[in-house]
Amino acid sequence: MVEQKVLEPEKLFFETQRTELFITGSEVVKEAIKRANVDIAISYPITPQSESMHLVGDLYAEGYVKEYFRGENEFAVMSEVMGASMAGVRVFTATGGPGTLRAFENFPNWSGSRLPIVCAFMTRGVNAPLSIQPDTIEMAFMLDTGMIMFHAETGQDIFDMILKAYVIAEKTDVHLPIGIFMDGFFVTHTRDKVKVTPEEFKLPPYKPYCSPIPVMDMENVPVRHMRDPFVMKSNFISYAAHASWQQEILAAVERSRKYIYRYLGGMVEVENKNADILIITSGTAVSQSREAIELAKQEGIDVGLVKIKCLRPFPVDEIRELAANAKYIIVPEFNRVGWMCRELKSVIEDNSKVIGAPRVFGGMTMPPKLILDEIRRCAN
Amino acid sequence: MTAKSSYKVLPGPEGYLPPAAATMSVMLPDPGEGLVEGEIVPQEQAINKIAEKLLSAKNPTFFPGPLVLWAWKDGVIEKAVAAKELADVVGAKIIPMPDYRPKYPMINPEIEINPNHPNLTIWHNKIDVCVFVGVHCHFANIALKIIRGGTSCYTIALCGEMGHEDAMITLRDVKADTIRKITEAVKEMKAGGVVSG
Repeated sequence: MVEQKVLEPEKLFFETQRTELFITGSEVVKEAIKRANVDIAISYPITPQSESMHLVGDLYAEGYVKEYFRGENEFAVMSEVMGASMAGVRVFTATGGPGTLRAFENFPNWSGSRLPIVCAFMTRGVNAPLSIQPDTIEMAFMLDTGMIMFHAETGQDIFDMILKAYVIAEKTDVHLPIGIFMDGFFVTHTRDKVKVTPEEFKLPPYKPYCSPIPVMDMENVPVRHMRDPFVMKSNFISYAAHASWQQEILAAVERSRKYIYRYLGGMVEVENKNADILIITSGTAVSQSREAIELAKQEGIDVGLVKIKCLRPFPVDEIRELAANAKYIIVPEFNRVGWMCRELKSVIEDNSKVIGAPRVFGGMTMPPKLILDEIRRCAN
Repeated sequence: MTAKSSYKVLPGPEGYLPPAAATMSVMLPDPGEGLVEGEIVPQEQAINKIAEKLLSAKNPTFFPGPLVLWAWKDGVIEKAVAAKELADVVGAKIIPMPDYRPKYPMINPEIEINPNHPNLTIWHNKIDVCVFVGVHCHFANIALKIIRGGTSCYTIALCGEMGHEDAMITLRDVKADTIRKITEAVKEMKAGGVVSG
């Protein structure tokens, strides 16, 4: 193994001298995992994720990751990282699009088992006929798995969110899986300036004995909690236990809020919040919105921007407050169903001012002029 | 961040399916603090409240979990001894939670409590104040909600990690020393004339 010094997360994130690299999103994943003190990474290829896990495999060869192998398929990989995490080690994997759906049963299992797995999702279309192009539709399915969900806009987000995800996921009172979602190709395959921490430092190791559930260690008690599941029992007692268990997962998601503030600086980033027209979105739809806002400014139209960094937990109070005085809220999205629009409409008091457009899908890009058209309609 | 909660974590029975206190914006205490009925207070205040509740109880009972029942790391024996001493000073029963498997076909509530159906042991023994110590956080939270939902038992959780919003009183970072502080508070109250319920 390569010798790296362990550094407390606060120092690693906020006090070390960073170096600027010009690298692709997939390469950013490699740089983050290099510093994450990961015990085991398990991969299975799917476009646009394949390169990132290939690069994590290089980290294994270079001595930064202790174990690495290729699983049999996505369902197997997500089951295998679950087993590794239950055994008390820090894990990493990644997938995207159809791979996400193929593995889907595992995600609520990860949450229900209180496993601090960190997984990158390089989003892509889920469609017949087959599409390998960018689309964020899979995020709609992931919203109710009990996982914490971050959405990266840039390479810098990918680096910071992956490293910080480990620290947040492994807090005893949270101890849940975190998905870092990034828009396939738009960020995974494009180069961006990214400031990275010194590679001689890494995160402290995972402490499995601070877990809220017993680690599956045959040398320590109790190891048998997986036996005799109450899932097959048809009586009120087992229903109540299941209900309380599910409530506890929601409670753990809620507890993550304070750590998201501490490490990510909040759940949203806001520019020009007092504007009558607000754009609220996440991922690379934010980048396209920035371009549109610049074009609008040239026409004398004032537009604000809210970038949502964290989708679960959802920034309910933050959005309600920001939306209160806006006259129009435009929600650009890279998917057909408009899950972000639905999320926003469910929390904004007067949701008639929420405009679910523009929406592109199937791999289409989102020209800023599409967003500008919506801005003009609102301004007129 | 979420606004301060007005939700009170009080003895039940609260109802069919009470919410997790964390989803009602009850926050866990920071180091040096405790949580009393949903409100963050200085640790010393929470300790005094625990002593008061234990002394006023008719049938106080300790539920030690696996983290203090087995000497699996340094400091555990000392913590278990401190918990036993506190129970003795209070005159409380001890009913262990040795593991977390649901007990089928039937639990023996005289000798055991289980996080999946803790109400059975509480009802059977008519426990009015209980103390969780050494229970893994996830299972403590599951049990505390079920107890609040279906019983009138007052719950106290002495947590080695970050505490439990679903208990009526909780302390965090609890070690043997913390438990001995509660014992001292109980002794002082007794010396001051407070008698056990």
